[in-house]
Amino acid sequence: MASYIARRLLWTILLLLVITAVTFLIFYVLPTADPAAQRAGRDPSPDLINAIRHQLGLDKSLPAQYWDYTKQLFLHFDFGESFINNTSVKSLIFDRLPNTIFLVVGAAIIWFVSGVTIGIVSATRRGSFWDRMLMGGALIAISAPVYWMGLVALYLFSNDIGVWHIFPGAGAYQDAHSFPQKCWTMVMPWCVLAAAFAAIYARLLRSNLLETMSEDYIRTARAKGLPERRVILRHGVRSAITPVITVLGLDIGILMGGAILTETVFNIDGVGRLSYDAIQRGDLATIQGTTIVLAFFVAIMSLVVDILYAFLDPRVRY
Amino acid sequence: MAQPLLEVKDLKVHFETEDGIVQAVDGISYSVGRGHALGIVGESGSGKSVSSMTVMGLTRSSNARISGSIMFDGKDLLAAGEDEMRAVRGGEIAMIFQDPLSSLHPFYKIGDQLVEAHRSHNDVSKARARDRAIEMLGLVGIPDPRKRIDGYPHEFSGGMRQRVMIAMALINDPKLLIADEPTTALDVTVQAQILELIQKLQHELDTAVVMITHDLGVVAEVAEEIAVMYAGRIVEYGSSDTIFSAPEHPYTWGLLKSIPRLDTPRDQELVPIFGRPPSLINKPSGCSFHPRCPYVREAHKKVDPVLEPSGSADTVHKVACLLPSETRRSLWAALRAGETPEAAIEEVPIPEKTLSPSAEGQTGGEVPGP
Repeated sequence: MASYIARRLLWTILLLLVITAVTFLIFYVLPTADPAAQRAGRDPSPDLINAIRHQLGLDKSLPAQYWDYTKQLFLHFDFGESFINNTSVKSLIFDRLPNTIFLVVGAAIIWFVSGVTIGIVSATRRGSFWDRMLMGGALIAISAPVYWMGLVALYLFSNDIGVWHIFPGAGAYQDAHSFPQKCWTMVMPWCVLAAAFAAIYARLLRSNLLETMSEDYIRTARAKGLPERRVILRHGVRSAITPVITVLGLDIGILMGGAILTETVFNIDGVGRLSYDAIQRGDLATIQGTTIVLAFFVAIMSLVVDILYAFLDPRVRY
Repeated sequence: MAQPLLEVKDLKVHFETEDGIVQAVDGISYSVGRGHALGIVGESGSGKSVSSMTVMGLTRSSNARISGSIMFDGKDLLAAGEDEMRAVRGGEIAMIFQDPLSSLHPFYKIGDQLVEAHRSHNDVSKARARDRAIEMLGLVGIPDPRKRIDGYPHEFSGGMRQRVMIAMALINDPKLLIADEPTTALDVTVQAQILELIQKLQHELDTAVVMITHDLGVVAEVAEEIAVMYAGRIVEYGSSDTIFSAPEHPYTWGLLKSIPRLDTPRDQELVPIFGRPPSLINKPSGCSFHPRCPYVREAHKKVDPVLEPSGSADTVHKVACLLPSETRRSLWAALRAGETPEAAIEEVPIPEKTLSPSAEGQTGGEVPGP
């Protein structure tokens, strides 16, 4: 097991190297906005641009630039400077990461618990009125785009523009200071972000559980005289939930790189919002930084998921 | 005679499906005495598994129509509520299944599964239940049970897994053990060990056994009486000796002639039963076996045979066949001598019209379907 984890860690580092190389290629080699020109301000002279280019090391050869870049990244976690904001990308990202984590973890708890509950209810009452209602609702939640659902939620429930003034509206999170206050302002973003995921998880768990319930070991559990509730929860769900947990890990990893739509609609200052603004302004260093952070989280979460799987399924041995 | 432990009377289990009603079990009766062993033999789809799952109350569902009666130790299991059935399942009646790998939960240690089985019927501490589990694992011949109890099912071989299943089934001292094809998924040598184990425990613990199998060879050792099932009914019932030495139903003959034996000449060919098991939705008219029976006569396609005493020395022997009993005995004598069914027919004249006595008056009565 330890050697497996060590091997996987090495692979993860290699993967991250490849990702930095790819992002470097995309942002530095392919023709995009010139960082030096951005840095130079309005209407600069060619000399100034060249001077800045030299100062930033942009006149070095590409491999030399890449070497500088990765060195900074791996040794100092330094993603470079954002020439638009005139601050280090590192501080930009690290300032916003807690907000994204708060949003994603809260939403993940909501979607996991509700998705699994709905899945169990649907699977155990297969074909019933409730099953059809829940699965129909799930289909709607999957089909509805997040930005649309976010706007509808704001229109209906926000306490400024809403039809019913219930929850704090967009941007309220920034002004909240205590933890309960922050949670309260997050209720709508959490639910909007969680809706589609909850629906996907509900459908996934339902189909897994239906398959599991026809397994021979479920028959054995019934033949042992266990109450049906225990048969479903301890024997059925235990098997059906394992693949769902894998998906959960990867989904959280992806969202850590920024829940762009949710953060934008609800004006939450997270990594997603940062990427959105950076893309709008052509802020290359920041885009690159958030891309690598996203890749980092996905790689780490997939490692976590693989390790977790070995504990969840005793048949898996590395 | 004392009250049998399990008495099934006219049990019918029909399932409503989109394609029609599946008559999985269509009126069977049998009984098992305390500590005795019954074999139920038949091919896939003959209703043998469904009938015993029904005894366990595991076929209850919204589309199942179950009728008849199942008396177990003075209780009517068909009338019992779900809570009552749960106490019976795993407590008084235990069951083991065909594939011991898929029948054990892959994610739990076998010890935990045994402990769960014990504690769901006995109010004991985990430690006590664990001791009991270790004792049972030792009893079924798992070496070093104290260590192996913390193993996962995939760490055991097929035969060992089936031993674990048997330990789990017997952990609550059930009065009846239903073994549903317990050896089918195992190697031949392991089969023999498992059968020996079941027999040994049956005698040591005085447990009654219902052994379900498609393999007559399996029940030969274990069962004192054998019921042969075909298309949801019992077509022949008798003591183990009678079924092997003087069977009277053509289906039983087919089963016997299709297994290799050491006491027949080596060059004698095995005779398969031709055709396929009938659909349980649209059963053949008359005798369900008639489309596959080499000795069929026109009348057999119209009259449904009933299970009736054969009149042989074995008082429990019953057959559901429309052939006259003398004809049946002559045919078996010919087959036993190594003749093919075709040769036997040439030798033994089969009367066109004569039906066994009780079926006589039935003609034109109960003729299901076209």
